[in-house]
Amino acid sequence: MAKDSKLILDPLTDNNPITIQVLGICSALAITAELEASIVMSISVLFVMGVGNVVISLMRNIIPSKIRIIVQLIVVATLVIIVDQVLKAYAYELSKTLGAFVGLIITNCIIMGRFEAFALGNGPWRSFLDGIGNALGYAIILIIVGFFRELLGSGTLLGIQILGDPVAKTGLYAYGYENNGFMLLSPMALIVVGIIIWVQRSRNRALIED
Amino acid sequence: MEKRTDKNTYTVLFAVGMVLVVGAILAYLASTFRPIIQENERLEKQQNILYTMGVNNNTDGAANFVSTEQAPKLFEKYITKQLVIENGQVKEDKEAYLIDVKKEQTRAKEGKTRRLPLFVGEKDGKTFYIAPIRGKGLWDAIWGYVAMDKDMVVQGVYFDHKGETPGLGANIKQRYFMDDFYGERLLTEAGVFKGITVSKTNADPTNEDKNDYEVDAIAGATITGDGVSAMIKKDLRLYVPYFKQLKNKG
Repeated sequence: MAKDSKLILDPLTDNNPITIQVLGICSALAITAELEASIVMSISVLFVMGVGNVVISLMRNIIPSKIRIIVQLIVVATLVIIVDQVLKAYAYELSKTLGAFVGLIITNCIIMGRFEAFALGNGPWRSFLDGIGNALGYAIILIIVGFFRELLGSGTLLGIQILGDPVAKTGLYAYGYENNGFMLLSPMALIVVGIIIWVQRSRNRALIED
Repeated sequence: MEKRTDKNTYTVLFAVGMVLVVGAILAYLASTFRPIIQENERLEKQQNILYTMGVNNNTDGAANFVSTEQAPKLFEKYITKQLVIENGQVKEDKEAYLIDVKKEQTRAKEGKTRRLPLFVGEKDGKTFYIAPIRGKGLWDAIWGYVAMDKDMVVQGVYFDHKGETPGLGANIKQRYFMDDFYGERLLTEAGVFKGITVSKTNADPTNEDKNDYEVDAIAGATITGDGVSAMIKKDLRLYVPYFKQLKNKG
């Protein structure tokens, strides 16, 4: 049981898919300009990883090893299309905010990475926990990055103005504060992720490679 | 010994089986959800059109449509006429709002005539003429609806996009951008079509000047902004003859 809980907890901290394994960076850079997009992406990945890991795990003994990557890809793609269609039918507004992101889930290397490294060699329950754990680890970083980028870049959180109105010059802006438009561009996401990695490794020196 | 799953015949059979199963699942899902999705899109068009003439649930700073339940009723109430302009001929068509602007643009490119939908709305004694527009942003399609009065002065707009960058180009559907268009003119005093440019250099961030044919651009969204200018100029220009006719009549 203790081992099972590690499957969930490890990816949140000491084996985080983004900051330690450095996977899924592409989507972490692309979609974190707004907190809302980060959250929605996290939820979608949570679903795809949880279900995908279970499906692959159930099929692990019958998948031909020569085409296993293709099979994994088909499973992800199918799940993503299902998510997309369900959202379009029952949560149309949400599916519009998501736009291209849903399709981008397919390219998330964490998903393929966990299929290949874990689900192919473990039972469905443990694979499910591993999928959820890694998706949550991904989500934490995405939300932290999205929080800082939206706050410093647009002065808003979830679209609500936090620091005052930049045009009417109220709140912080009355004192000459300006939004840092650079935060909205992808390179700043890389720097924010870098800072998270720095903080994490300085707190836990065991993570530093020689 | 070779494992059973390593054999070529097994691999091929597995691949074929997988394709069949996945194909069947997706085909089933697509056909089940199709009508629901189409209905969502239909209601969204009504919500968009109503939005431009001020029938919306806007809250402070945020753009909100009327609810999907109310949309058909309000559409019936406020949109008094739906017109289709084809070769200068104006016809009424109850389903003009379902005309696919993308398809019409392709028809025009192929040299066929383009049907131009126009919706006439009445609210508080004011008449609105609402036209759909469509163009290209940075990543994908952008589109919108523009409500005008009989002199082609903008009374409201709604923009939307398929995949512009969140926080940058995607902000064309934010109120602080869309509201700037209110009161802007499309025609010069002499009645020549000039359009509206999304400008980085208009030195008018709060958009006080309504006669400059410009609105303030979004920083970091240059190409999306240019796309907005282009679709306004290209698509609304086609409606000028109708408005001229309207003026001569009235």
